[in-house]
Amino acid sequence: MSLLSKIFTAIRGGAREAGEAVVDMNSVRIFEQEIKDAENALEKAKRDLTDVMAKEMQASRKIETLKADITKHEGFAVQALDKGDEALALDVAQKISDIQGDLNIQQTAQTSFAAHVTRLKGMIKKTTNSLADMQRQLVMVKTTESVQKATTAITENYASGSSKLLSAKESLDRIKQKQQDLDDRLAAGDALQDEFGDKGLEEKLKAAGIVDDGNKAQDILAQLKAKKSS
Amino acid sequence: MVDITTLATRLDTLGKNADSSMPFEVNPIPGDVEVLQVLVEDREELPVFVSISEEQILCIVYLFKENEVQADAIADMNNSMLTASISMPLSSFAKIENQYVIFGALSAHSSAEDVVHEIEVLSSNAIEAIEVMSDYLV
Repeated sequence: MSLLSKIFTAIRGGAREAGEAVVDMNSVRIFEQEIKDAENALEKAKRDLTDVMAKEMQASRKIETLKADITKHEGFAVQALDKGDEALALDVAQKISDIQGDLNIQQTAQTSFAAHVTRLKGMIKKTTNSLADMQRQLVMVKTTESVQKATTAITENYASGSSKLLSAKESLDRIKQKQQDLDDRLAAGDALQDEFGDKGLEEKLKAAGIVDDGNKAQDILAQLKAKKSS
Repeated sequence: MVDITTLATRLDTLGKNADSSMPFEVNPIPGDVEVLQVLVEDREELPVFVSISEEQILCIVYLFKENEVQADAIADMNNSMLTASISMPLSSFAKIENQYVIFGALSAHSSAEDVVHEIEVLSSNAIEAIEVMSDYLV
């Protein structure tokens, strides 16, 4: 049974006590061991594959050499026959027969190695896939576990905090109220800025006669009048 | 995998940043699994809880308990939540025991800035979700 279906079953059962593990830790440990075993098997299969592929290559090379040897000796046999040396030709034929024997052995070995390579490749692919699947499932279990522990920590924290007993609606109302307060403060700030900000303040100072109100022409005229009369 | 203490320190610095549009405070909660409680300014009622596991960083906001939902509206609300979930940027609805939650999951290799973004979006989604779901609540 997949772990997700175990989790589902546990949730649907609904008989769990709060804080009780959805998946018991013992089966998680067994599962982790299974993953480790699969990883080791995969490592071994990869090493075996390299080995068998090397052997297959060796067999292939030997087959080529033996075939060349046969061709060479067939040439010798023909030459011996051409020279009428039947006995020598027979010797060579015997040699060819021996080489042929070797070739058969190597060809059988090569076929068997090739089959082994195919088998190993298939197994590696299968193990890699199932390993990825097992790891994904383990993450699922661990996440379930970790969320559960986190929830327990949070719930305990909730229980100790006084303001945490609010309902969602109350929380929402409070947050909105705070947002409204902030908006109001910003609006009030804007109004104050208009009233007492640079512009407002300058006007007030002018009105109070503290700051020059800009009647420069009259000042100049007054000065000119004063000069003329002196 | 990010270490939770490192993340807490980074988040705290980013949260206190004066330029931050959503300043927040980070409080570690001890327990079997260490959890960070993130209080976004003016949204302290809906804290974001951050935890880290091997694969992912989980950010969760607790929305409401099952008993806050009108009994005859639960099926309807569950259906609405499932339907709306995919439209919600970065966040999804879920249930932990009898609590409805909204959560976002990030890769354990995410940057602190990514987590901050997640927190901001999640916090806003949570408020909006409660607002939208309040018709179903008692």
